[in-house]
Amino acid sequence: MIRLSIPLRQALSKLTLPVLIAVAFGLMLLGKADTMIATRMRMALADSLAPIWGLVAEPLAGVHRAIDGVQNLATIYQDNARLRAENEVLRRWQAVGLALDAENATLKANLRWVPEPTPSFVTARVVADAGGVYARAVLLSLGPKHRAIKGQIALDERGLVGRVTEIGSRSARVLLITDLNSRVPVTLETSRGRAILAGTNGPRPRLTYWPEGVVPVEGERVVTSAEANAFPAGLPIGVVRYNANHVPEIEPDARLDRLEVVRLFEYGLHDLAPPELSVVRQTERRR
Amino acid sequence: MSDRLPGIRPRPSIGRKLDIAARRSFPTVVTGLLLVVAAAPLGIGGQPQTQLAIALASVFFWTLVRPASMPPQAVFLLGLLLDLLSYAPLGVGVVILLVLHGLTLAGRRVLGRAGFMLAWVAFALLALGAVALQWGLTALLTLRLLPVAPAILAAILAVGLYPLLAVPLARAHRTLAETDRA
Repeated sequence: MIRLSIPLRQALSKLTLPVLIAVAFGLMLLGKADTMIATRMRMALADSLAPIWGLVAEPLAGVHRAIDGVQNLATIYQDNARLRAENEVLRRWQAVGLALDAENATLKANLRWVPEPTPSFVTARVVADAGGVYARAVLLSLGPKHRAIKGQIALDERGLVGRVTEIGSRSARVLLITDLNSRVPVTLETSRGRAILAGTNGPRPRLTYWPEGVVPVEGERVVTSAEANAFPAGLPIGVVRYNANHVPEIEPDARLDRLEVVRLFEYGLHDLAPPELSVVRQTERRR
Repeated sequence: MSDRLPGIRPRPSIGRKLDIAARRSFPTVVTGLLLVVAAAPLGIGGQPQTQLAIALASVFFWTLVRPASMPPQAVFLLGLLLDLLSYAPLGVGVVILLVLHGLTLAGRRVLGRAGFMLAWVAFALLALGAVALQWGLTALLTLRLLPVAPAILAAILAVGLYPLLAVPLARAHRTLAETDRA
């Protein structure tokens, strides 16, 4: 070790903080100039932590289930009554659905309809929030030999969750439809009008750019549209709700605030780069 | 420095050196672990804000009571960890934590002698400034006007979390992290 005089050592220790702040600003510029470095560092960290978080997720989910169970016990009587009523309604809908399904099958048979291929999917556990203060995303834990790729579409058991934007060796990051950078082409189900669903970082993304003459109706269902070839048509997203300022928003079907398991679907649509990584795409090596 | 004081003390064996090193690195390591735990799927709302609050409160506390165990290098690494875990633009967390560290160090003479309440008030002001700085830098780097609500929530969480974190940390400061007890 080099022996320095005490005044010199004191001067050097005073310099450490300003130098480090300067390095931090340099880091900011570097992160801005080459987004790939930040992404790689992040996914390396996520890869190393995902198995640990995955281990923690199991008992935590157990605790949540136990709490839910206790809460459910309190409302078991009301729930039962509500479910009976709901069951009645659903049975009628089931009859309608079966009849329509049969009718659809005969019509398709008459039209020589080419059936769409069923997409393959993998199921993954959500192990961490990967959004930070100003973004909405989740981290999935995948096996070491996973075949998930960027641009795959994530759904939970109810509806659209988002898209895969970053892939590590054993983890993947999914940008939610509520994120500020998320834009999803959608179709309003009754009027067949096209629109864009724009995330706001809030719980409900906003509906924008619907064509003239079409007005989104309160309670109307909204599904994905195949426009721009980023999503397949017809994935359920949510229903239209007007907020206090009379702006149409979407109440997502997917339970985005308590995601536990999502499915990643492979539709073979990867023409569009995710918005926040559009610069990165050209330089990235193929996996 | 206790090393320069006269007196009789145990021989610096390997075990004792390890003990001293562990006690010295306790603040940084525990803060890092808390950040990782705050990113785990706990299923509670506002976790990213909690993460930021933990980082701010820990750095402020240790800079105030034991700056030798929270050197700028450690603050830098914690900021980097915060940025990577919270998917913020690289460098933003580093800058706000380093600035917080520098300001706390500058005000240490006054704050060190003042009571807990004054330290808390000072931390509230610093946390507010840090969150505002983070908001501004993130907006600048992403070229977007960001919503203010999450930033305000982060500041409130930081102020509310500080006493909860300071009490066990103060106890650790006198016991676990105390190098003289090695």
